[in-house]
Amino acid sequence: MLSIQDIHVKYGAIRAVMGISFEVKAGEIVALIGANGAGKTTSLRSISGLVKPEQGKIFYNDIELTSMPAHKIVEMGISQVPEGRRVFPLMSVLENLEMGAFTRKDKNKIKDDMKKIFQRFPRLEERKNQLAGTLSGGEQQMLAIGRALMSNPKLLLMDEPSMGLAPMLVQEIFKIIREINSEGTTILLVEQNARMALSIANRAYVLETGQVAISGEAKEMAENKEVQKAYLGL
Amino acid sequence: MDFTSNFIVQLINGIALGSTYALIALGYTMVYGIIMLINFAHGEIYMVGAFVGLALVTIFKVHIIIAFLGAMLFCMLMAVSIEIIAYRPLRRSKRLAALISAIGISIILSNLVNLLVGPKPQTFPSIEKILFEIKSFDLIAGAQINTLQILLIIVSAILMIGLQYIVKRTKVGKAMRATSQDYDTAALMGINVNRIISYTFAIGSALAGAGGVLVGIYFGVVKYNMGMLPGMKAFTAAVLGGIGSIPGAMFGGIILGVIEMMTVAIGFSSYRDAIAFGILILVLLIKPTGLFGKQIFKKV
Repeated sequence: MLSIQDIHVKYGAIRAVMGISFEVKAGEIVALIGANGAGKTTSLRSISGLVKPEQGKIFYNDIELTSMPAHKIVEMGISQVPEGRRVFPLMSVLENLEMGAFTRKDKNKIKDDMKKIFQRFPRLEERKNQLAGTLSGGEQQMLAIGRALMSNPKLLLMDEPSMGLAPMLVQEIFKIIREINSEGTTILLVEQNARMALSIANRAYVLETGQVAISGEAKEMAENKEVQKAYLGL
Repeated sequence: MDFTSNFIVQLINGIALGSTYALIALGYTMVYGIIMLINFAHGEIYMVGAFVGLALVTIFKVHIIIAFLGAMLFCMLMAVSIEIIAYRPLRRSKRLAALISAIGISIILSNLVNLLVGPKPQTFPSIEKILFEIKSFDLIAGAQINTLQILLIIVSAILMIGLQYIVKRTKVGKAMRATSQDYDTAALMGINVNRIISYTFAIGSALAGAGGVLVGIYFGVVKYNMGMLPGMKAFTAAVLGGIGSIPGAMFGGIILGVIEMMTVAIGFSSYRDAIAFGILILVLLIKPTGLFGKQIFKKV
């Protein structure tokens, strides 16, 4: 479904990604794990078109995304839950969700999807007229996920969805990720919480200083001595 | 004239003047809100709007309403082109670069009009010949409001209500707010950020063009450098209301207009500009976010 081929990304003089390749197959949950600065977020930003790799290619169902503008990539069926949630703080919960459906024109279907989101996250419905900036961290994360789902994506990119949340909420968010996946959305998950990520992913890639260090089935990775030592604290 | 009626007369003058400041201030604040640029060419767009209105009425002999809409349309297209030529290539540069580019555009526009029309003030045909006779009404004994003032205030109010509707209710308006709050995330929603920036320039400049024609009708003269001072005053109004805030620009404009006319009323008319810019300095010193400044939410 998604194929990243040897991408290199620079921010000014800083080389954030130095030749990363990986694949996501339809229906999978794939996790990218690794320390700060390993190139996880940059990889997601290149897929979404927010940064342009200076080398390498990105294909989605054999269509090249590499030089496509960000807003066209959303229309292709790829949406992202960005790092730090990034809800629009001065817009209401409802307006944030509407923005998620920006590329869609099927008004009735949008309404149905909004109802589904409210069923999944009843807290958002209670607060639908409240400004998103006034929500708690967990609620903002739910809103960011709901907003990304409003575009009806086939591939959902999630950047650190558990960051800064209480352990109870982390469990809850991972349960929701699994549900979204079982309803047919493919997921590419970036996480620092490697243990949780490996517990729900089919496959995983470990990134180190802008390159793929280890890759394989998530279960095997969880038992890999190197991974355990470096990322699971065992 | 007693004190109360004098006060009311100057209040009405102030609101009328302030409405034109508000119309111009909205363009400053909208553009700043979305790309953090003080568009110093904005006053000149207002000036060009006035001249386009004048040309349409005197040379092309169209109805004043057509001229009004024509000036708005012309300013829209001009501003969108300016943004593409002069600001977009500098989007990722330092903010000062785009600011200097804006000052350059401002100088080009005023000199271009000077070259085409000459430095002499041009008279705008009297509204009595083209639309209606000016009548005055007594509000209370001695304090009058005339139909021209009523027209100016009502047209400005309609434009501002229209703007509020666009920004609050329409898809484009919501996309504008989203883009002004978070550029990258707006793109992740599938919003074509460049197009939304163009719309913002278009709407803000249409309001400035409308303001230009209204001022032409109200004061009866237009001049190539007429954009300079009202442009600065409108900028002051935008800062007073809180740069980036649309209601702020509306109230800031009206408050500034009223303060200016009150200064005239108490006999300090030669200090009106000093007072207006004194307010700018005070706001920047004491409350740089202005009256309606954007609240900034910290990430939880």
